[in-house]
Amino acid sequence: MAQIKVTPLGAGQDVGRSCVLLTLNNKNVMFDCGMHMGYNDERRFPDFSYITKEGPLSDFLDCVIISHFHLDHCGALPYMTEMVGYNGPIYMTHPTKAITPILLEDFRKITVDKKGETNFFTSQMIKDCMKKVIAVNLHETIEVDDELSLKAYYAGHVLGAAMFKVEVNGQSVVYTGDYNMTPDRHLGAAWIDKCRPELLISESTYATTIRDSKRCRERDFLLKVHDCIDNGGKVLIPVFALGRAQELCILLETYWERMNLKVPIYFAVGLTEKATNYYKMFITWTNQKIKKTFVQRNMFEFKHIKPFDRTYLDSPNPMVVFATPGMLHAGLSLQIFKKWAPFEQNMVIMPGYCVQGTIGHKILGGAKRVEFDKQVLEVKMAVEYMSFSAHADAKGIMQLIHSCEPKNVLLVHGEASKMEFLQGKIKQEFGLNCYMPANGETVSIPVTVNIPVDVSLKLLKRTLHNPLTSESDIKKPKILHGTLMMSTKADGSPLFRIIEPQKAMKEVGIKPHQIRFTSTLRLEDRNRIQPLRFAEILFQKLKTKLRDMYNIQLLADGSISVSAVIIKVDVGADEDLKEVYVSWSDQDDALGSYLVDIIQGFQRELTT
Amino acid sequence: MKFIALNENPCKPCNIIKVKDTIIMVDCALDLLSSLCFLPLRIVSTNNSSHYSNWTTKDNQELETELKECGSRVFVDSSPEFSTPEYSTINFEHIDVILISNYNCLLALPFITERTNFQGVVYCTEPTLLIGRQFMEEMITNIERCPKTKEAFRWKQNYKQIPFPVNVETLKPHLWKQIYSLKELNNSLSKVKIVAFSEKIDVFGNLQVTPLSSGYCIGSCNWVINTNNDKIVYLSATSTLTTHPKPMDHGPLRNASILILTNLTQTPTSNPDNMLGALCENVSVTLKNGGNVLIPCYSSGIIYDLFECFINYLESNGHSSVPLFFISPVADQSLAYSNILAEWLTQNKQSKVYLPEEPFPHAAMVRLGRLKHYPGIHVEAFSNDYKTPCIVFTGHPSLRFGDVVHFIELWGQSPNNLIVFTEPDFPYLEALTPFQPLMMKVAYCPIDTSLNFSQANKLLRDLKPSRLIIPHQYVSPPMMQKHRTDLVIDYAECETHVYKRNETIKIPLKRNFEKISISSELANSLVPSEIRPGLSIATITGLLVAKDNKYELKPLKKNEIQEAIGSKPGLSLPPLSYTWGTLDLQVLMQKLINIGIYDTTIEQTSNGCIVHLRSEEAFVTIDDVSTHIVCDASSNLRTMLKDIVVECLKKF
Repeated sequence: MAQIKVTPLGAGQDVGRSCVLLTLNNKNVMFDCGMHMGYNDERRFPDFSYITKEGPLSDFLDCVIISHFHLDHCGALPYMTEMVGYNGPIYMTHPTKAITPILLEDFRKITVDKKGETNFFTSQMIKDCMKKVIAVNLHETIEVDDELSLKAYYAGHVLGAAMFKVEVNGQSVVYTGDYNMTPDRHLGAAWIDKCRPELLISESTYATTIRDSKRCRERDFLLKVHDCIDNGGKVLIPVFALGRAQELCILLETYWERMNLKVPIYFAVGLTEKATNYYKMFITWTNQKIKKTFVQRNMFEFKHIKPFDRTYLDSPNPMVVFATPGMLHAGLSLQIFKKWAPFEQNMVIMPGYCVQGTIGHKILGGAKRVEFDKQVLEVKMAVEYMSFSAHADAKGIMQLIHSCEPKNVLLVHGEASKMEFLQGKIKQEFGLNCYMPANGETVSIPVTVNIPVDVSLKLLKRTLHNPLTSESDIKKPKILHGTLMMSTKADGSPLFRIIEPQKAMKEVGIKPHQIRFTSTLRLEDRNRIQPLRFAEILFQKLKTKLRDMYNIQLLADGSISVSAVIIKVDVGADEDLKEVYVSWSDQDDALGSYLVDIIQGFQRELTT
Repeated sequence: MKFIALNENPCKPCNIIKVKDTIIMVDCALDLLSSLCFLPLRIVSTNNSSHYSNWTTKDNQELETELKECGSRVFVDSSPEFSTPEYSTINFEHIDVILISNYNCLLALPFITERTNFQGVVYCTEPTLLIGRQFMEEMITNIERCPKTKEAFRWKQNYKQIPFPVNVETLKPHLWKQIYSLKELNNSLSKVKIVAFSEKIDVFGNLQVTPLSSGYCIGSCNWVINTNNDKIVYLSATSTLTTHPKPMDHGPLRNASILILTNLTQTPTSNPDNMLGALCENVSVTLKNGGNVLIPCYSSGIIYDLFECFINYLESNGHSSVPLFFISPVADQSLAYSNILAEWLTQNKQSKVYLPEEPFPHAAMVRLGRLKHYPGIHVEAFSNDYKTPCIVFTGHPSLRFGDVVHFIELWGQSPNNLIVFTEPDFPYLEALTPFQPLMMKVAYCPIDTSLNFSQANKLLRDLKPSRLIIPHQYVSPPMMQKHRTDLVIDYAECETHVYKRNETIKIPLKRNFEKISISSELANSLVPSEIRPGLSIATITGLLVAKDNKYELKPLKKNEIQEAIGSKPGLSLPPLSYTWGTLDLQVLMQKLINIGIYDTTIEQTSNGCIVHLRSEEAFVTIDDVSTHIVCDASSNLRTMLKDIVVECLKKF
């Protein structure tokens, strides 16, 4: 029995640091290579020593696949390729390839330049790492090598997010990355065909949520912003350059349009245009509506959102400002925060995760007094945390399982307790095995291997159109019988063929050895009927008994044929006995034995 | 495998391939050449009617209202018509799939999806759909802008007597149709499914179809149709030159069982690079003399290269203030879409989006106001911006509809102005006939990047197909260049089939085997016998499961055996094994002793022997190829003897 092995190095019963190892028919694939934003020590990166204690990883991995640009899915990539060592292929979609290096560089700057950490990858490493990346298109079949191929499907989580199917020798595994089954403001819904993988590895962030909670969160967010500006307050939204920033911009832009609001929205200069340009270039990856209207109006050319100028800092009027970086640890966002924090009509909305030690992390923890530059700052403004990530809810996950019809399911990227709930549901509703390994825990999933062979077309057609029985009932099971010939082709690859047994013997050059039987029955016949007449009586009796099931004939020499079985009648040594010879070959053993039984049964009828 | 071409012109392909009971239509092109037989559509038509005289035949005076003469050629005074594929003999209900190679080959699709009983699926790439839609919308808009009050039809009965500017014999006027409506277009395209390059599309489990980049235009592809045993390659418009589209993908096209070659260059004697050079020179001279340049063009394709080339050329030749105008109802779409289709472009254009910059320089040209685009000359912005000298790109290249008609009339009488033909679809003199006499200069610089004959022959030598299907036009040199014996397909290393419109080509694809997969459970139960090293055989009996034309063999379960045999007594499963070889008599005797039969005698016969089991009144006749057991039916001796005999033989 073959096996599929899966080991999460990250995201096993956990959210963050996604990194899942797969072994499928001797091919090793790494799905995602993420960073854990909650740690500052070595736990930040997946434990690559699991793969090999020493030396480069290239010999142990056939390829690395990155599902999307969020750092918890790609943040450890330069560390892995440049510091641990990996030179093999890395696959991701075009938008992911475009945006990933920017986010990596952003994060590197914060970690190294601001926080002064060492033992982190450099800008050059990011560049060298990205050179190893091969960009893929949706639905394109990529042949990694002669045996391993992969195909990307739309995942709808962020721009360029994809689910990946890997296939080796006809067996496949699908890894979803993060996905969303309902179209949102700028992205379409995840889609996959009925590819019937052996295993589906699915994220399960919202394993227990049944409704699409994103819309509610969005409404919540808009109301909070609206309330704040209505009360004359200013709203600060610290963001990173790409990703959620654009999502929120679209959100506010359409809301402003709809509500006809005049309060200005600003975006810190320098970032907007470049970042938003990526979204403009990759319009084909957004949803149908944006794609359709982009010639008239590009959704990412914002009407209400204007570049920010430092002079606005001291303006008394309400406004909404997007500023980088996203964790309030440096730069413009921190500067604005310092100015606005002491006033309670103001508000800061943190739309993403904040690393420990950052001001963002502190205020989210409820700190009302924050100290920096040896000064104490009173935080009177409202502090809100909101997650806008688009993930499939439990219904969506079930929907995806329904779409692709996997034989097994494995859950990652979720909390253990929530996974258990979903695991039960999957087992109950689909009757599938569902696994949820912890980090470092290996799951072996038994799979059946089908062996591809060539079957003689004649034999196949005969089987399909002439079932074993003479009735050509199409609903009856079709039984294929033949000889499997196992040899090798000129190039050494195996050649398996099924052909008719007689042909096989001829081809192989062996002579069949036929076994025949003749069984002798002695029937009492006091009337001493002529053997020919006796045969006639026997023939009539058999005909009545067998009805139309077999082709039965009385031949000129007085013998009877039932299909290929021959019956002859002779006078025995004792003239009161008739000797009946039933003769058949091995293939007709069942019929021969059956006829012997019937004829023996006639004895009683003949004597009475 | 069967092949039928429905269009005469191999550059406007519409072909049908039947393989393994699946019928595929590849490409669905419209031959636009017929439009040259119509009068140009003018926005203001009154003053020009006087320009033409009526034309009739002796026996049909009614034609007077339909036909006009100009420059000793005759034109139909009606909306232009286009030559559709000849599909009267095709039952579209039976067509399973339509594959579209590029946007030029999409134009006839609404005639099929909306006006026949076609029920199948249409596949093409995303750019083919996007740009194809633009082409179609552009044609519809341009034609509908100048509505004709009546449709001319009588002339079709007498078409052979009418001196049209082009030979209409092969275009078959009865196949000509006016353009479809916008509604038909939208309905038709809603039936299209998008595919990616190298995506494997399963067709009823029977075939696998894959589009592969052909390098000709954005999203253009060739097709590989795989059965389990054979590979059929369909080569549509393909280019090995480096322009803007993603380069051609060769690898998967190699070693095909059958290769179908269509859509080679329409201008085999001109080199695209030289033409581009000549074009720039002509433009430069004209601009120096203060003249205007008119370039009739399609709204997508070569123009992207022209924009890119012009901007550098004009800059370095002191014409940096000459405005470039691009006028088309779909100009905005064409410029915008071309810049979001990076994945379908050549590597260096593709990598620009990582910067992020637009892949084509025309985006920047538009931003800088260097290139200006308008949906038509009627918009106010154009009248405001218009200044001479200038360069105008506009359609349609047939010169029968679109704003190009206006510009020829506007500029035609000055010898300073220039019209340059770059699109290869139309003979330029015939296109110009209804505008004669003209004073403006005329240059013909056709740029057709599809394969020329020498490139095609070279490609075939690389791809090494086992059989080749080509149109009859590619067997002998073109009509006008009879001496150019090099302008043919001369690949002689395989069987070549030559096709003409509506002739069926049949090629037997020998297929003795079908793929089937054996379940691991059944495979594990097999008992292989080694006949000689490297060759083993095993008897296999299993349940055949057929699903979506895929076959699987599974172990038989009891209930299935019962169901298969049914209630018919005396019926059994096929044998579990077969015996072969000669019987080992010594082993047989020993085995008889083992079960307690001692009183045997052996009688030699001419070809073997008879073993008598005297006490049992039974005997066994043995020769090289058979063994016959004769015994009394009442005892279980028979089965015992059978088992012994089987043990004395080889089996599998």
